[in-house]
Amino acid sequence: MTSRGHLKALEAESIFILREVVATCEKPVLLYSIGKDSAVLLHLAMKAFAPGKLPFPLMHVDTTWKFREMVSFRDETVKRLGLDLIVHVNEEGVKAGVNPIASGSAVHTDVMKTQGLKQALDKYGFDAAFGGARRDEEKSRAKERIFSLRSADHRWDPKAQRPEPWALFNTRKRKGESFRVFPLSNWTETDVWDYIALENIPVVPLYFAKPRPVVYRNGALIMRDDERLPLHPGETVHMKTVRFRTLGCYPLTGAVESTAATLDDIIAEMRASRASERQGRVIDHDGASSMELKKQEGYF
Amino acid sequence: MGAALKMAKLPAVAPAAAVAERSLLRFLTCGSVDDGKSTLIGRLLYETGSVFEDQMEALTRDSARFGTTGKDLDFALLVDGLSAEREQGITIDVAYRYFSTPRRSFIAADTPGHEQYTRNMATGASTADVAIVLVDARKGLLPQTRRHSYIVSMLGVRRVIVAINKMDLVGYRQEVFDAIVRDYTALVPELGFAEVHLIPLSARNGDCITGPSSAMPWYQGPALLNVLETIGTEARDDAVFRLPVQWVNRPNLDFRGFSGTVASGSLSTGEAVTVLPRGRQTTVTGILGPDGDQKTARAGEAVTLTFADEVDVSRGDVIVRAGHVANGQRVIAARLLAMTDTPITPGRGYLVKIGTSLASARLVSLDHAIDVHTYARQPAENLPMNAIGLATLRFETDVIATSYADCAVLGSLLLIDPFTNEAAALGIVEAVDGEKPAEQSSTSTALARIGAALMSAGLLSPRSDETAVLRDLTGRMGNAALTGLLIGVIAGAPGAGVIGLAADLVLRPLVQMGLAAVWRAIDARRRGRADITISLDGGGI
Repeated sequence: MTSRGHLKALEAESIFILREVVATCEKPVLLYSIGKDSAVLLHLAMKAFAPGKLPFPLMHVDTTWKFREMVSFRDETVKRLGLDLIVHVNEEGVKAGVNPIASGSAVHTDVMKTQGLKQALDKYGFDAAFGGARRDEEKSRAKERIFSLRSADHRWDPKAQRPEPWALFNTRKRKGESFRVFPLSNWTETDVWDYIALENIPVVPLYFAKPRPVVYRNGALIMRDDERLPLHPGETVHMKTVRFRTLGCYPLTGAVESTAATLDDIIAEMRASRASERQGRVIDHDGASSMELKKQEGYF
Repeated sequence: MGAALKMAKLPAVAPAAAVAERSLLRFLTCGSVDDGKSTLIGRLLYETGSVFEDQMEALTRDSARFGTTGKDLDFALLVDGLSAEREQGITIDVAYRYFSTPRRSFIAADTPGHEQYTRNMATGASTADVAIVLVDARKGLLPQTRRHSYIVSMLGVRRVIVAINKMDLVGYRQEVFDAIVRDYTALVPELGFAEVHLIPLSARNGDCITGPSSAMPWYQGPALLNVLETIGTEARDDAVFRLPVQWVNRPNLDFRGFSGTVASGSLSTGEAVTVLPRGRQTTVTGILGPDGDQKTARAGEAVTLTFADEVDVSRGDVIVRAGHVANGQRVIAARLLAMTDTPITPGRGYLVKIGTSLASARLVSLDHAIDVHTYARQPAENLPMNAIGLATLRFETDVIATSYADCAVLGSLLLIDPFTNEAAALGIVEAVDGEKPAEQSSTSTALARIGAALMSAGLLSPRSDETAVLRDLTGRMGNAALTGLLIGVIAGAPGAGVIGLAADLVLRPLVQMGLAAVWRAIDARRRGRADITISLDGGGI
């Protein structure tokens, strides 16, 4: 269990980062991906700018393949907190028929997430976008700055990152350049769950175990969230008690068999687990440096 | 050793007592190229059970493909996350990794050894409590060992673990260890470290990482992880309340608050405050924290203050307790580390970020540059990338700054090139000068501040070897009458009050003569500091 003092120190650091952006950038946006990290990020943002409302909108880049429970949770959250939400879909991708099943995970992710995000940032002219990424998630993320500068084409240059000593963030940028800002950089998966428990933050029910319809495919348990997931010859849908450790597009997100139905259960299960959080993400496994390549191209 | 190594497992849930006690330690690994920094962090992650099974599988795959360790696991590949790093087998950028034991949580900054990437090493050092300086047992101290040790010292890290690595490649021989211990111990007096631990180890084979090594029975001291779990951390809080205003929160007509993170000290509602640099006074009516209204704001907390009066406050201002007199500065002396291809050059204009303020400044002069091989001061025309030197900066407007020793938040800075927006240097404030005194008491407070700077620099402390430094200083000033007075201060100063008073009397002429001599004296303290614990941990001379 992360100590309360440590969680409060992480909280203070994140609030500082959130405020630094609002004080120095012209048009920030919070990229809301509905998962647990986004939930924590949103919770921290509400604290940073209290008693006022958030001084920036939320934006969800919707690939149209999110779990239905994610979308309903998103809409409830926005209503409950009185937030301003932009939902952006890459309509060109939809028209071209891009989807995770026929196009494959790499093309789907590039078109619907990376290109969709770039379109949306350009369309609204945001110069700073908050994301919930953490350095403990993946090796190339461990190298990323809290304020990560992107060129006018949204590219990340891992060899020319700005030094970031102390908490002295260099927020100067040229016209057209923008920042991706990661207030949760120093949080770990354990910290996130412990904080959710400490602060009673609502999260998508998919994180908790319950019987769900799944198929076993390519070594992963894929939930058949709707009829769009075609069944291969010989495949059958089973009801299994499963939960999700991370959430993404449902055909690309593997479930884990689990009976952890409460926050305490989840935390205990995570501590005993010998597999990393991103193991269930099909898109990370395209190559040893696949995340770095995606990030260079503008993926979050 | 192969992939079939047993995983060191942590208890699923730490005992309740350990939870309450468990603290956080931030450390960095530094040292020369190929001394094994990334391998050491990878090894620590592995030994503390922080490497998941799927990551182990990836490591096994990657070790076969990119590894530099033959058939064994190459632990550096757990940390070197950029493709350029994996291809070249070097670390380019600082990586932050997180692991914990039942006793402590750790944030480890793995920093590059190449001189070219010194800025990334300094970034890792800026927030560290402890530095692990790696030394390759085959090579002994290298120029980068000395450079990194200097930077670690400059950035205020006072506790150092010297990890003498690759002992397996020198036959685990004690005399190799002993010789390096002697060499490093000789450096320490110049660096002002408070605590130095020297440990022989092999990151690759796991010797002296979590426990004693059967290969080195002659070493009786603790293993690396034991030292990391128990080494002290310094709470640097001098009790002066300082809150750099980050953002003005005006959501509606009924609320006007001032948000920021408390840099030092604490403050409660109802207390009177002054807003620097303009000096307006008011009273705190409310403190809004992350969990709602609170009575007191403490160092490190992100809060929003409300005031009784409609005072003009903006980003970059600093809120202090009323009665704490401090003026805006126009001139500061800063020790800089140059970080870009364009050298830091006197006469040039820069943007300087200190705390939450961003102000235009001109670099008036370069007092000296440091030779990182000998730590000698040399005259310099500019500071090329990775060079370190002491510079004088003159601001166009009043800026609130303190010495780094007083307050790290208001004593650290970024020098930004206004044309490229790149951070041209990072720096720490070594002395401040109330150039434009506004109130009648400001002259004496400016002097007291310099006195405090001298004290924190270790100059005004009763140590005989520093007497020579001050004698040298006063000699330079050519004012023999001062000598007796100064030495009197050194010999007889038991407390800060005496020194503060004495500073007012004694240092007045110093200020009139300009601060150059003071800066030289502050610099000279590196030779004078002696309150060091060198822990050989039973392993050496």
